[in-house]
Amino acid sequence: MSIFEDITAIQNIIYIVASILFISGIKMLGKEDTAVKGNFLSAFAMFIAVLATIIFIVDPVILLGGILLGAIIGSTIALKVKMTSIPEMVALFNGFGGLATFLIAWSEYNSIPDNYFQYLLVMVTIYIGGVTFTGSLIAYGKLSEKLKVAKTSIVTKIFTTIFYGSILFLIFSILLPFLPALGFNFFTVLLAITLLGGIGFVLPIGGGDMPVVISLLNSFSGIAAAFAGLLLLNNVLIVAGSLVGASGLILTVIMAKAMNRSINNILFVGYASASKGSSSEEQGEVSPINVADAFLILESASSVLIIPGYGMAVAQAQHVVRELGELLEENGTEVKYGIHPVAGRMPGHMNVLLAEANVPYDVLAEPDDVNPIMDSVDVAVVIGANDVVNPSATEEPGSPIYGMPIIEVHNAKTVFVLKRSMSSGFAGVQNPLFFKQNTRMLFGDAKESIGGLVSEFKD
Amino acid sequence: MEIYTLLGFVLILSIYLGLELISKVPSTLHTPLMSGANAISGIALVGALVLSTDSNLQSAIAFLAVLFASINVFGGYLVTNRMLKMFKKK
Repeated sequence: MSIFEDITAIQNIIYIVASILFISGIKMLGKEDTAVKGNFLSAFAMFIAVLATIIFIVDPVILLGGILLGAIIGSTIALKVKMTSIPEMVALFNGFGGLATFLIAWSEYNSIPDNYFQYLLVMVTIYIGGVTFTGSLIAYGKLSEKLKVAKTSIVTKIFTTIFYGSILFLIFSILLPFLPALGFNFFTVLLAITLLGGIGFVLPIGGGDMPVVISLLNSFSGIAAAFAGLLLLNNVLIVAGSLVGASGLILTVIMAKAMNRSINNILFVGYASASKGSSSEEQGEVSPINVADAFLILESASSVLIIPGYGMAVAQAQHVVRELGELLEENGTEVKYGIHPVAGRMPGHMNVLLAEANVPYDVLAEPDDVNPIMDSVDVAVVIGANDVVNPSATEEPGSPIYGMPIIEVHNAKTVFVLKRSMSSGFAGVQNPLFFKQNTRMLFGDAKESIGGLVSEFKD
Repeated sequence: MEIYTLLGFVLILSIYLGLELISKVPSTLHTPLMSGANAISGIALVGALVLSTDSNLQSAIAFLAVLFASINVFGGYLVTNRMLKMFKKK
């Protein structure tokens, strides 16, 4: 055996070790006690895999320079970003991973594929990587609220059409070797239409469905890496990519289940067309309440459940919410937080916000934990959440959100709903909760209202 | 073609393993898991490092692939770590 073959063998052994570390790492990442270690383990796996690859590096100066520059940019963004901007950061990093696989496949195409299977892999990897890249950029724009395009606007319709066109063009490109030669450079067209198609994939999807899209894009970036691994015959890429693909898929399914909708409905239909024939036009008397009266009720409550939603994130109210929770506890009230899996704009969004405000995670409860004991809750405080507490989901079979698992706050003794106005939630469905006997509406900015309650407690 | 059959087998097994390992994740960890998995998808860096640099175009592609993959790797792991450190018990 030559020295060259020895090195290849050692490299492959290191790749296998790295694969095992990735597997243990992602397993530990799924458990609260071991998550930090799990992340560290997977970072270590990445380190040894990259180290083993650098041995064979073709052009060290350029490529090591790339790593160094990437390390500086990535670390700066990661350490400087505010914790409230995490959703869009995750989307952005995810997009960069997709772009890297897109470029890998492009480069491999230029090196002229040897056989049809390689050609097929190049096409598919380009497509998934490219759609992940631009799709994630659009998700980034939507999550950071820099990009506001209505679902019904002409721009959205054009890009949606390009997205469907891009799928057709991908199929055409895959079949191309069997067709007569063409007079134009199809590959450049494929690169361009893939990137535009990714925009069209995410653009029509509304804010409340972002948790599903972002999990799905996460899954795509993994699958793209796994395909790139097949293309480069590299086992660690295949294993690590597949793990990411699987974890993204699991999150996607969890999110879709939490909305009681199919992934297909979320991606390609949306609520607008599902809400035909909705009978939820019922109106009634709403009972508003002011901060002073709300304080008196909270002061005498023995158990309080706080249900945060996207409105809390928008108002940046998580710190005053934590303060209110602490004051209530000092007052002898039991405080819990009811977290719905799709509250917010990404999986676990509320958990991250509350953790940032130093709310310990053992007071955070899931719908299944709080619903059975809801009638013993004195006050349920809904902060900027709407669809996830809409009783139509359990009471009104004709409603578009019927069947969606909700936090059943309407069964609590008293419900406070903190809201800016009477507008309906993302699903566009009127919320009968607001008209219930036991509901009091506390209108205004969530941060100001909670702040008002906090100062009442302090006085 | 044999190599593809073998690697395809590795791919299927890894996806299955991933689905089994992560099926019951507490909702507290949804974001960190997503972000941590996202960092792992930066493994594309290993692929980017072995790309050919024969021509100027190929060098540019390889450089950009390495650059963006490593932003994904470093950014992803650091953000995940920062996030996990915030989760505290009482």
